[in-house]
Amino acid sequence: MTIATTRNRTLTAVPAELVHGRGGGGPAPKRIVVAYGFWIFILSDMVMFSALFAAYAVLSGNNAGGPTAPELFNLRNVFISTMCLLLSSYTCGIGVLSAERGQPALLEVFAVFTFALGAVFLFIEATEFVGMVTKGAGPWRSAFLSSFFTLVGTHGVHVASGLVALVYLMAQVRAHGLRPAVLRRLLCWSLFWHALDIVWVGVFTLVYLMGAY
Amino acid sequence: MLGKLTWSAIPFDEPLPLLSGAVVGIVILAILVTVTLKGWWPYLWREWLTSVDHKRIGVMYLALGLVMLLRGFSDAIMMRTQQAIAVGSAQGYLPPQHYDQVFSAHGTIMIFFVAMPLVIGLMNFALPLQLGVRDVAFPVLNSVSLWLTATGALLINLSLVIGNFARTGWMAYPPLSELAFSPDVGVDYYLWSLQISGIGTLLTGINFVTTILKLRAPGMIYFRMPVFCWTALASNLLIVTAFPILTATFMMLLLDRYVGMHFFTNEAGGNQMMYVNLFWAWGHPEVYILILPAFGIFSEVVATFSGKGLFSYRSMIWATLAICVLSFMVWLHHFFTMGAGANVNAFFGIMSSIIAVPTGVKVFNWLFTMFRGRIVFQTPMLFAVGFIVTFAIGGMTGVLLAVPPVDFVLHNSVFLVAHFHNVIIGGVVFGALAGINYWFPKAFGFTLDERFGHASFWCWLIGFYLAFMPLYALGLMGMTRRLEHIPDPGWQPLLLVAGAGAIVIFCGILCQVAQLYVSIRTREQRRDLSGDPWNGRTLEWSTSSPPPAYNFAVLPRVETIDAFWHMKRTGRAPVAPAYEAIEMPRNSPAGFITAFFATVMGFSLIWHIWWLAILNFVAAVIVVLIAGWSIEREEEISAAEVAQMERARRRPA
Amino acid sequence: MSRAARPPSRFFRSRRVRWSVLGAAILLASCKPAGVLDPQGPIASAQLLLLINSTAIMLVVVVPVIVATLAFAWWYRSSNTHAARSQDESYEGRVEFVVWSIPALTVILLGGVIWIGSHQLDPQAPIAGKSDPLRVDTVALDWKWLFIYPDLGVAAVNQLVIPAGTPVKFRLTSATVMNSFFVPQLGSQIYTMGGMITHLNLLADRSGEYPGFSANFSGDGFSWMRFVVKSVPAADFDTWLEQTRGTGSGLDDASYAELARPSQNVPPTRYRSVEPKLFERILDQTTASPGTAHPSMRQAGG
Repeated sequence: MTIATTRNRTLTAVPAELVHGRGGGGPAPKRIVVAYGFWIFILSDMVMFSALFAAYAVLSGNNAGGPTAPELFNLRNVFISTMCLLLSSYTCGIGVLSAERGQPALLEVFAVFTFALGAVFLFIEATEFVGMVTKGAGPWRSAFLSSFFTLVGTHGVHVASGLVALVYLMAQVRAHGLRPAVLRRLLCWSLFWHALDIVWVGVFTLVYLMGAY
Repeated sequence: MLGKLTWSAIPFDEPLPLLSGAVVGIVILAILVTVTLKGWWPYLWREWLTSVDHKRIGVMYLALGLVMLLRGFSDAIMMRTQQAIAVGSAQGYLPPQHYDQVFSAHGTIMIFFVAMPLVIGLMNFALPLQLGVRDVAFPVLNSVSLWLTATGALLINLSLVIGNFARTGWMAYPPLSELAFSPDVGVDYYLWSLQISGIGTLLTGINFVTTILKLRAPGMIYFRMPVFCWTALASNLLIVTAFPILTATFMMLLLDRYVGMHFFTNEAGGNQMMYVNLFWAWGHPEVYILILPAFGIFSEVVATFSGKGLFSYRSMIWATLAICVLSFMVWLHHFFTMGAGANVNAFFGIMSSIIAVPTGVKVFNWLFTMFRGRIVFQTPMLFAVGFIVTFAIGGMTGVLLAVPPVDFVLHNSVFLVAHFHNVIIGGVVFGALAGINYWFPKAFGFTLDERFGHASFWCWLIGFYLAFMPLYALGLMGMTRRLEHIPDPGWQPLLLVAGAGAIVIFCGILCQVAQLYVSIRTREQRRDLSGDPWNGRTLEWSTSSPPPAYNFAVLPRVETIDAFWHMKRTGRAPVAPAYEAIEMPRNSPAGFITAFFATVMGFSLIWHIWWLAILNFVAAVIVVLIAGWSIEREEEISAAEVAQMERARRRPA
Repeated sequence: MSRAARPPSRFFRSRRVRWSVLGAAILLASCKPAGVLDPQGPIASAQLLLLINSTAIMLVVVVPVIVATLAFAWWYRSSNTHAARSQDESYEGRVEFVVWSIPALTVILLGGVIWIGSHQLDPQAPIAGKSDPLRVDTVALDWKWLFIYPDLGVAAVNQLVIPAGTPVKFRLTSATVMNSFFVPQLGSQIYTMGGMITHLNLLADRSGEYPGFSANFSGDGFSWMRFVVKSVPAADFDTWLEQTRGTGSGLDDASYAELARPSQNVPPTRYRSVEPKLFERILDQTTASPGTAHPSMRQAGG
């Protein structure tokens, strides 16, 4: 079977079954385009987090004679907040499944759970930050603390934005119902939420577990 | 109330910025008054400012890039003049405080607000047409990207008259760019301007990657895409993976400056070497983001104007993808002299010279395309030939600099300056000018004047060599870059020649302006009625000039590379196909309005006007939420309307 | 009207051509060997040789490419009736192989040059086969250079006197922002960074005066951040040392603090004595808590 990549210009049309497997099926449907674009966005966000992780790796030992990780990290609280976040990914997943099955009421229930768990995560993180600042271990104390606050804080800002977006999307569900456009947006939101979970697993491991021991 | 902003921010005591600011302000005011008096606002708002049509957005990007070229080039003229006269005991006319801002602004503007917009503008215009589809994947995001880029450009220009710009060079290395050594607003202008426009660029990257990979005409498998689309794909993959690094790096420097953190400070454990590494981990892919689309444009141009298909399409693609991947493995060659040791330096030097392999393959492929072709020297082809010769020299000096011990004596000299201008002007600028001349008839329905096109090419070519060949010699003689005063009078003759070169380039720019003016005045004689003025090979030439808003009434079925060439050879069916209703995205003011709030927010952050910054940030978020609320973002053009528009299109032909 | 039609002897009678030739001659005359092209030490000589060799290797590829480009553009122009034309070619693997091989082979050769050269000319590596080096600690300040001779107990600003033929082993740092220590005629430059030490080894073959400067932009006084390296016979070096120890003031904490204040176009000075471990203390001081920097004074010129 001649493949159309040769320079032979007297042409044999590529049969339909081959065309589809190699991207020849024409413009993709909207749901795929939107989800794909959002995956690319998440990829770019992961690259940004990688740069912050790299900065943390370089600066984690530079505590300028100030407080160090073992002195500051409360692993019990961080464990609780981690479990909250991981659980919220689970409730998010159930919520999206409910949405795709056309069950808005169930979606709302699990959205509330997801929001609550995310809020608890943020609350624990906020108290941790405030505690460190009052102890004289704010981000301006040393390069280690700057990189810690920025990496963990950027993740926290992403979580907070996600919570705001969740409220916004649930308002859209109330107003528009579970139409294809709304379903696409919920799908994107859930991708975002799960991606934040993955980043947090990295943070928990590389920052807290490795830092405290 | 107004943060750090006071009346002393306006340079009443400095005639140069004050005068130029006043002139620009008057020109802008004149334009606004003319538009208002002629009642053009509704048209501008409806057809341009809120347009989400990729063709319109592409044209606006190009307009932005060309206007900023004038600003960046005036910086260049100032630098050349200062260096030509400030020799020995003469002090020149630019004290260091100004000269330092001029070269910093020159680099920043040329990279971020000339080269990027020109390249992104051409990709915007041509990609959907070449792919045989109606628009990019996310048209509203496309508009947001454009206007956020314009925000960045506006902020930089504001720094001329309100406050000052950074005095650190366009890379803003710490600790010089930290608060301790740059306490004024200059670096903040730099950081916020680039951070905001960087979001726009990142959105463009996401948009175009999705478009190229998910939105193509039926039958257009990957290995039937035009080469320009492949290079655009590689370039946008680089945008998506490199720009977030810059975002993170600038975020860290901003936190150092605004919150007193210590990422890169001298004290409290900061590490300035990390900034250099992170910056160039973005910076090297950035230059490939710029050059790859230019390579794509030249592939199209050389093939079209040689009347012959591109030689070895497949190896062009593999070479492009190789360059894309390799560009992430060479960043350390920007700072061999930072002391990383022989093994590390040697590794990066070897990787840098490996990138010359796929680049060399591309050059050979262009040459073999010209071999036994029938070459017509329209303006784009002139630029292509000029590019191959000039880029070969620039690439050679790049490989020389990739040898670490050689770099040890040439780093940061004007030899380096000559090298990167060699590849950027010879590659990116020539590519953009070729692309503009090539696709202008498609965008506006008439060709550009050839005489002025040729004149602008020769001025750019001769001007480039006059301006930069002396710099190679001066670098070897020991002249370092960014000098406000020249210590050795023996260097002056060469600097005078370089100054003359800048003037010749200026003539080239004047020729371009003249070309535009003359072409518009005589456009009726140069109407492109067939839609295919160059006997092109790719799908954009199958539409009318300009194409209708929906590009293709019926998406073409693609069966080969150079789909349109094949269609012409095998003959297209003259029978009108059955038209269906077409859904096109509605216009949206979201981009323009969000960018407005982003501009005021950026300005407030620069001047520490916290309440205004928060207000505008919230306003921008609200605009996004409102724009995101709608479900129906498309409007339908009925099949009957489509049929009518197609009939009207075909009538003059 | 083509050039070929005009007889060759009339070519040089054209005024345009004569002025161009004169101009080129003036330019070439102003290009006397200097800087990198005038090496005065083994490091610089090796680097110039590498530059020339690498250029030659690249020219072997680049010159034919440029010639071919111009030749093809000219010969295959559409108005040339003699040129052979072809429509499209079918794919030929042999051509493909050659097209990839030429750059690949060039790059493999260059890769070897890079690996060997980088190791032989590593700035940290002591200069081979030479006697005990003279140690010099260098500090980049705003906007002058401080040279401390830690084993000899003297120091100098904007002037570096060294004995010819003796290797010099540098430790370098900056008290402020990133600079780059560079003497083109002696070879490699190296960055100087606050709180960090970089290393460099150079040698001057013979007596002479060699200009040096900073090769990394560091602020308003950057253009004036120049110094001179004076390479002298060994006996003269001892004389200079004695003279330095005999006159002038010493470099202690107080006079260093005075020196560290921003100034530019500083004339060469010397210090008869140096506080011990001053270089190490400058390193510590640069990384100490904020307050040691002096932002508001940076804009005032010398």
